[in-house]
Amino acid sequence: MKEIYLDNNATTRVDDAVFEEMRPYFTEMYGNPSSMHFFGGQVQKKVDEARARVAALLGAQPEEIIFTACGTESDNTAIRSALEAFPTRRHVITSRVEHPAVLTLCRNLTKHGVRVTELNVDSAGRLDLDELKRAIDDDTAIVSIMHANNETGVVFPIEEIAGIVKERGVLFHTDAVQSVGKIPLNMAKSRIDMLSLSGHKLHAPKGIGALYLRKGTPFRPFLVGGHQERNRRAGTEATSSIIALGKACQVAGEFLHDENTRVKGLCDRLERELMAIIPAARINGGGAERLPNTVSIAFEFVEGEAILLLLSEKGICASSGSACTSGSLEPSHVLRAMGVPFTCAHGSIRFSLSRFTTDAEVDAVIRELPPIIQRLREISPFGRELLKK
Amino acid sequence: MWDYTDKVKEHFLNPRNVGDIPEADAIGEVGSLACGDALKLFLKLDDKKERIVDAKFQTFGCGSAIASSSALTEMIKGKTLDEALAVTNKEIADFLGGLPEEKMHCSVMGQEALEVAIAKYRGGPVPTHGHGHDHEQEGEIVCKCFGLTDGFLKKVIEQNRLHTAEQVTHFTKAGGACGGCIPRIKELIAEVLGEAQAAPPKRPEKLTNLRKMQLIQEVLENEIRPQLWTDGGDLELIDIAGPTVQIAFRKACAGCASSGFTAKFVEQKLRDMVSDDIVVEEVEG
Repeated sequence: MKEIYLDNNATTRVDDAVFEEMRPYFTEMYGNPSSMHFFGGQVQKKVDEARARVAALLGAQPEEIIFTACGTESDNTAIRSALEAFPTRRHVITSRVEHPAVLTLCRNLTKHGVRVTELNVDSAGRLDLDELKRAIDDDTAIVSIMHANNETGVVFPIEEIAGIVKERGVLFHTDAVQSVGKIPLNMAKSRIDMLSLSGHKLHAPKGIGALYLRKGTPFRPFLVGGHQERNRRAGTEATSSIIALGKACQVAGEFLHDENTRVKGLCDRLERELMAIIPAARINGGGAERLPNTVSIAFEFVEGEAILLLLSEKGICASSGSACTSGSLEPSHVLRAMGVPFTCAHGSIRFSLSRFTTDAEVDAVIRELPPIIQRLREISPFGRELLKK
Repeated sequence: MWDYTDKVKEHFLNPRNVGDIPEADAIGEVGSLACGDALKLFLKLDDKKERIVDAKFQTFGCGSAIASSSALTEMIKGKTLDEALAVTNKEIADFLGGLPEEKMHCSVMGQEALEVAIAKYRGGPVPTHGHGHDHEQEGEIVCKCFGLTDGFLKKVIEQNRLHTAEQVTHFTKAGGACGGCIPRIKELIAEVLGEAQAAPPKRPEKLTNLRKMQLIQEVLENEIRPQLWTDGGDLELIDIAGPTVQIAFRKACAGCASSGFTAKFVEQKLRDMVSDDIVVEEVEG
């Protein structure tokens, strides 16, 4: 069975061009870029090129890019760095809907004397910027707010947020893991201090990420013990992965238009047609600005894991904010923060598309999902009540 | 992805006995939309009102909840009410070739619905384990998120021989949301284990070899291992040869500096409760 992969916010396929670009750096040009011989030096040149390519996608300077192992490391580095660089400030502001890479770190920091404010969101997943303004005080070391939400695709107005935060002289970090390559960014015209991105969300391999660090921003490294990345991230460079990330960023730049036209069109059609066919459904974050590739729909009276298993039988790979898929017993923290009604909080399904998604694949979901929801509602005691009406 | 057995998958993809019985003799409902799973069970009895001739279900929940409900209805058809009441959640899980531990609460939900249905039919008190927000509950509500009482939790702890709070969460969902009741769950585990230890089986006068081996196993299972669990340890029975009982230590007990003392403790316990001539030998295994 050929898979229909609509779970690109979880991870993406490595682009063929990206894989070809990285391949020689495993077995042929495996030198260490720090070495004082031609064999390492030729790799150094490719690493520099990759850095420039990542910077170009972000509208940044190459020296503002620090390669890391993943988005999670970038997030951890940014927040810990701010707290170390401003040792007298013990307050962090974030939101209730952040990725665990930020939220769990912040909650752990509270055990070490750090005060954390988690900003609320409304039912569409939007922030109240007045709440942010009220939360910032002289003790605030950093504000970390994601660019786009991984579960709902809701996009936060990070430039506006950066303006508010910088006005008060506080560092601003954004986790842009889900938005890089989907939404144009231009650091040259932005006030964002730090930005996290992850390779495997934009068709590079797993195990590579980057942290954008604006020139002049106070910084303390997370990993020490080597001069790499200008003393900002120790450890021998993951050369092949860095080269892959560079290529992936270059290709993502070329596909930005496609992402926001064709892919967005597919996503909109998927959402529109499913909502037209399936009763008692609601779009999570429906009233907010969202990523061009993500649609999250809550179906009343059915449970997400059951939907995913039946979709999987049809070769369709999607994701769910449901409790049962993760072994947790509550719906996702994002849906709870949005106050999604309990009648459908357990039945949310996320489809996340990519530039590899085709019309035929979207057609398949539109064909296969409605009978699955119908079938589960016939099994569900609450669903049967709905069907009687 | 969960590692479901083929039988779980098969019962999820082709659930038996979905629907309702218009003139059902007994109906049991547990769970709610807020809880994330719910089961409504219908039973039809024979003319003498003794034996279950038909069972149907409706389930809101994940794959293993639907499979557990399907398994339950298959298992109880043809049974008398008393026979059906004897079905444990473990038997439901076993029928399906096992469930991931995190999903054991699905099998517990099946057992609960059955108990409620039969209790309501017989007109006796309906079991008040909570699990639902629509009826009055007796006893102390331990888990406020899922509305679970101490009596229900203790029963599940005892029947399934649970010894960590995490297991209790997997089997009942208690403590799985806010986690505020986990300290109380640990107390309940200690209470249940304590009660089991307070009533040791009487030491028999004369033993056949077979009975002796059974007794050794029972004492290890019911008396000794629960005590080791409380310290994060465990042991496994490797062999019994005459009076020699070979054991291997596991988890925290394995490689523990005082495992020699633990072995002596095991030996003394077996001598007290089974036979004076028992020698415990620690082996690698």
